[in-house]
Amino acid sequence: MSTSLTETISPTGSFTPDIFAQHLAAQTGLPDWWLDAKRTAWAQFQSSPLPTIRDEAWRFSTRSGIKLDGYAPASASPSAQLPAHASDLPCAARLVFSNNVLAQHTALAADLAARGVIVEPLRDALVKHGDLVRRYLNQQHTNLGGDKFRALHTALAHDGVFIYVPAGVEVPTPIAVVHQASGAGATVFPHTLVVAEANARATIAEFFTSAEPDAVQLASGVNDLFAGPGAQLNYIAAQAWSSQTLAFQHNAITADRDARILALNVHLGGRQARHESHSRLIGPGAHSEMLALTVAQGTQEFDQRTLQTHQAPHTSSNLLYKNALLDSARTIFSGLIVVEPDAQKTDAYQSNRNLMLSDTAEANSLPGLEIQANDVRCSHGATTSRLDPEQEFYLLARGIPKAQAAELLLFGFFEKVLGEIPHEGLYQTIRALIQTKLKK
Amino acid sequence: MSAIEIKDLHVAIGDKPIVKGLSLTIKQGEVHAIMGPNGTGKSTFSKAIAGHPDYTITQGDVLIDGQSILALEPDERARAGIFLAFQYPCEIPGVSIANFIRAAMQARLKDGEELDATGYYKQLYAQMDSLKIDRKFTSRAVNDGFSGGEKKRCEILQMAMLKPRFAFMDETDSGLDIDALRIVSEGIEHMRGADLGILLITHYQRLLNHIVPDFVHVMYDGRIVKSGDKSLALELEAKGYDWVKTELAAS
Repeated sequence: MSTSLTETISPTGSFTPDIFAQHLAAQTGLPDWWLDAKRTAWAQFQSSPLPTIRDEAWRFSTRSGIKLDGYAPASASPSAQLPAHASDLPCAARLVFSNNVLAQHTALAADLAARGVIVEPLRDALVKHGDLVRRYLNQQHTNLGGDKFRALHTALAHDGVFIYVPAGVEVPTPIAVVHQASGAGATVFPHTLVVAEANARATIAEFFTSAEPDAVQLASGVNDLFAGPGAQLNYIAAQAWSSQTLAFQHNAITADRDARILALNVHLGGRQARHESHSRLIGPGAHSEMLALTVAQGTQEFDQRTLQTHQAPHTSSNLLYKNALLDSARTIFSGLIVVEPDAQKTDAYQSNRNLMLSDTAEANSLPGLEIQANDVRCSHGATTSRLDPEQEFYLLARGIPKAQAAELLLFGFFEKVLGEIPHEGLYQTIRALIQTKLKK
Repeated sequence: MSAIEIKDLHVAIGDKPIVKGLSLTIKQGEVHAIMGPNGTGKSTFSKAIAGHPDYTITQGDVLIDGQSILALEPDERARAGIFLAFQYPCEIPGVSIANFIRAAMQARLKDGEELDATGYYKQLYAQMDSLKIDRKFTSRAVNDGFSGGEKKRCEILQMAMLKPRFAFMDETDSGLDIDALRIVSEGIEHMRGADLGILLITHYQRLLNHIVPDFVHVMYDGRIVKSGDKSLALELEAKGYDWVKTELAAS
């Protein structure tokens, strides 16, 4: 028997209308506006095409294209085996999700709750603090090309975390959020929304992990950060999905007058992992620190798209994305600094540094500037380097074996970013995750 | 007692022969000094023994207790007991001194053995104190932004921690002011003992005022051309290297 097959890639893949209908039917007791947002998002997801590398926002992205087939969005059940991530980390509160479902919740200390701090599952927050959540939830889009996958996220997100720190309150230890995907075909939609009011301070540590190291999975997550006047927010994330995960993460940062937001992302997992991050500086004196580290191994592809939008005068942003590439891995960095006409005295910096540990790895860098004001200081740059043979010899001459010498130098290359992690415990946890990945 | 035996060593950089038949035996407990004018192959010789990939050994052998070390990788040579104190120690941003020395000590343990952190820091601080290195340096990146004197003291610190059997100290005195020279010399003198063979490579006699060698060798054009005791260094200082050159030409 012979049949001629014309392969047509479905733009919605495994995400059929039935899947959405089932999902929606299960969202009982949640506000109407949220369900409406889901319907709108579903329509957007369905009607928008899959990206191709001909799209500017997807330049250099995977040549084989993105397919949404082969996932099992409805069937995956949570794993009983929860990840050990961050379990030793001293934290103010901890929420662990397994396949989108809250599996463990260490509630916030009573004194912080009494001062108005909210760290709750999104489903609870939608009911208890609906108006507050609505003011921020999905209000700030990333606009970096992955809208279709953000729409899929909004349509199918089951839960998430809502973190709210009232004016003047400081949460002294990190708030930990852990997401685990488990089982073949599992699809997860992590959502973390953080709002810090005027002069509030908090650190959020988010971990993305898979129960099986090589399971085929899909993740599309959102983490949006809002910092009010004078607030200081640190968001530290470690992405360690399985080696076969197709991952999207959408991050929008909004910093008001004199606020400072640090977003530090460590990318380790995934077959193809795309990260979109957009900082908006909306009030004078606002600062956004955008840092990232990537260990790209095997045939992994990490695709990072960034935007630094300066809307107010006297704002600053600093981006430093460092990639270490091994084997035949690929990275793409595409970053743009936009200075709007009113944003005089902007100080913006953007740097992508690639450390090539293999001759067959490929680092692509597309830095960009778009300046509409005349009194600004902006610079951007990209570098690609190899291990320095003199540094390597120095370590060998002290008896350190070659593989360990390379690891020390890799951590040396990362230290400028790692050193920005607040809280020693969190620093050690992140270091250990990188070490685990390097031992694979 | 162990000995390192360097036999008729020839070293080239690319096609260019630099060391041309150097022979020398250093026993544990001995302090040797090699002196000689610039460009005579002193640094090349020590880097070749440590296994630097840019230096090719074209002839001869280097043996520790009768076993050739030339097939060993640089890290294996170091673990076999060789230490090279660099003339220009390399800056390694992002790698702290504490982590660096710890990795080097961990590499000397058997598989599965973990370095005891408390004991390690105790030892590290004690050595730093005696070398007058601020304890805050443990978290500083290796040689990154260090002054010349700080770099050299850091080399001595590594040596004190790693306890080699044979130390090749390449112009450890260069770039040091009088105080730093004294501290560094005291550090070396402190380690001097039955378990350590030292080769001091130096251009000047002044280091040898602080560390009195058992043997002095004069190197010229890739070879040792004259050997003697400490008085040879003084003679060299008085007469200059031209004296050696003239003597060589006459013979």
